[in-house]
Amino acid sequence: MDLSALDPVKLALSLIIAATPLLFAALGELITEKSGVLNLGVEGMMIVGAIGGFATGLNTGSLALGVAAAAAAGMALAALFALMTQYLMSNQVATGLALTLFGLGVAALAGQDYAGKTLDVGGKLDIPGLTDLPVIGPLLFGHDALVYLSLLMAVAVWRFLTRSRAGLVLRAVGENHDAAHAIGYPVRLVRVGAILFGGAMAGIGGAYLALVQTPLWVEGMTAGRGWIALAIVVFAAWRPWRALLGAYLFGGVTIVQLNLQALGVAIQSQYLSMAPYLVTIIVLAIISADRARARLDAPACLGRPFHAAS
Amino acid sequence: MLELTRRREASKAMLWLTPVFAVILTIVAGGLLFALLGKDPVEAVRLIFVQPFLDPFSRTELLVKGTPLVLIAIGLSLGFRAGVWNIGAEGQFIMGALVGGAVALAFYEIPGVWLLPLMCFAGMAGGAAWAMIPAILRIRFNANEILVSLMLVYVAELLLSALVSGPLRDPDGFNFPESRMFHDSATLPILISGSRAHIGAAVALGAVIAAYVLLERHLFGFRIKLFGQAPRAARFAGFSEAGLVAACLGLGGALAGLAGVFEASGPVGQLVPALPQGYGFTAIIVAFLGRLNPLGVLLAGAVMALTYIGGETAQISMNLPAAAINVFQGMLLFFLLGIDVLVNYRLRWRRAA
Repeated sequence: MDLSALDPVKLALSLIIAATPLLFAALGELITEKSGVLNLGVEGMMIVGAIGGFATGLNTGSLALGVAAAAAAGMALAALFALMTQYLMSNQVATGLALTLFGLGVAALAGQDYAGKTLDVGGKLDIPGLTDLPVIGPLLFGHDALVYLSLLMAVAVWRFLTRSRAGLVLRAVGENHDAAHAIGYPVRLVRVGAILFGGAMAGIGGAYLALVQTPLWVEGMTAGRGWIALAIVVFAAWRPWRALLGAYLFGGVTIVQLNLQALGVAIQSQYLSMAPYLVTIIVLAIISADRARARLDAPACLGRPFHAAS
Repeated sequence: MLELTRRREASKAMLWLTPVFAVILTIVAGGLLFALLGKDPVEAVRLIFVQPFLDPFSRTELLVKGTPLVLIAIGLSLGFRAGVWNIGAEGQFIMGALVGGAVALAFYEIPGVWLLPLMCFAGMAGGAAWAMIPAILRIRFNANEILVSLMLVYVAELLLSALVSGPLRDPDGFNFPESRMFHDSATLPILISGSRAHIGAAVALGAVIAAYVLLERHLFGFRIKLFGQAPRAARFAGFSEAGLVAACLGLGGALAGLAGVFEASGPVGQLVPALPQGYGFTAIIVAFLGRLNPLGVLLAGAVMALTYIGGETAQISMNLPAAAINVFQGMLLFFLLGIDVLVNYRLRWRRAA
């Protein structure tokens, strides 16, 4: 095994690329869950975002249009979830699962003609002088626009939740929807908004995967990333900056196992590929073990249906 | 405008009518989808829902596809009723096939009537052991069983792929990632000659009856229902939540594992990476469509098996994309969950004030 083949800067760059889709999806789900709604359909929303973004990106050649289409596709699926859970009072767990199964099917159907095609729209930032600096140049000034957007969103979500009135209302709805309703907050509307935001973010995460990270379309390419994003929200204890940490941690696990595979470690590649899933399970167990803490962190009304008996 | 008012009691009639409505709505919406894809919707729906009954071979195939769906869905429905969300049945299915198949390969060319029962037992143990991971992590570490069981699906898929291209690979197979074909003693007896319908169909029927008796006539069934509907009351009554979680996941895993052995030693006849066909996920739809009731699951399993077989026919004769059937199945669950509202709520028209 030749470790000198590993370039730390390249490793860090690939880590950021692996973490970015997770960060988008996790931030979106974080807002959704903070409003008291558990949407298990992240995987489905991500994959429709991936194909929506890829198809648009391929046909228009524009990253921005691709990302917009991906957000719209994720939102469309999220709107379905919102209609079902908020207006038709369906079970959130079951509906989330349905959303994932449906999304995977829709994406496979829509993506038939795009299988194996590649594209190149992910333009990277390049500031003469700055990007050429050794080490910090590529790490700080050498990413595509979406990486910066994801970090910006982490800050925005944090500010929204802790520093804005609207964020306070959202949290109130998630902690105690009956009290929030009694004060006169539109519980349902707030939740629909949060669900749609979650859908848009998951869609963008999927788009990053298909437009920048790979960049190609393969059926089922999200490969459980939506579920890992859900685990990251638990890991993060519903705090945005910890979601950032979690996304980069899981991105790091992916990169480590991929590089071990590339280095030709004498382990069958399948065992290395298990790493992200196994790490998710272990981290989940460690984080949840403190029951009292877990109960305090989770929004109190998470997953509970609300029907105003007016 | 339309308004929902809560019913005092859940409507019994709606409880059984809504799945039928859901199927009808899915056929209508599915027809629209097929039309959008440029296919004749009436012909597609006829191929999916009617044609399988007309063709004798397709009729027996209903048993082949229905068996794993019903077996898995029975196990899942017990858990769902108790609020134990095992959605990793696909992984337990794979582990069952893997462990049972490994037994078949270990006794390769050693005939004996004891081999199949041993394989079935090993498969159930494998599936149950895999399901015990989320059970123990939930009981001991409070970890969410939805995420853990789902993550384990990916791990199981990779393990299957690793083993059939490693220790379990066919030594005479030119390095193809697949096992030897199972020999006769390790292959399930066929129920109807000239078809692929195997003895597992009878076992699935037995599981339906056993689950029905368990739920309606046994204390364990009462505990399941109590935990699902009133967890606090169940705890006050001194029922152990840990025991229930372990039992539900263990039973679900064992049944999914059994379905896996049946699939490997029945229609497939060997271990291949493509063994998992998504039955573990479709079974979630079956469980809900069947109202988490064993008899309902049997009917729902038949309907879903129909969409599989009819879907294959439509794929071949109408060039309908395979994914269209997945969308179709996903829609069914959506419609079902959506109109479920009619069970607990009354729809009323009220003029806007």
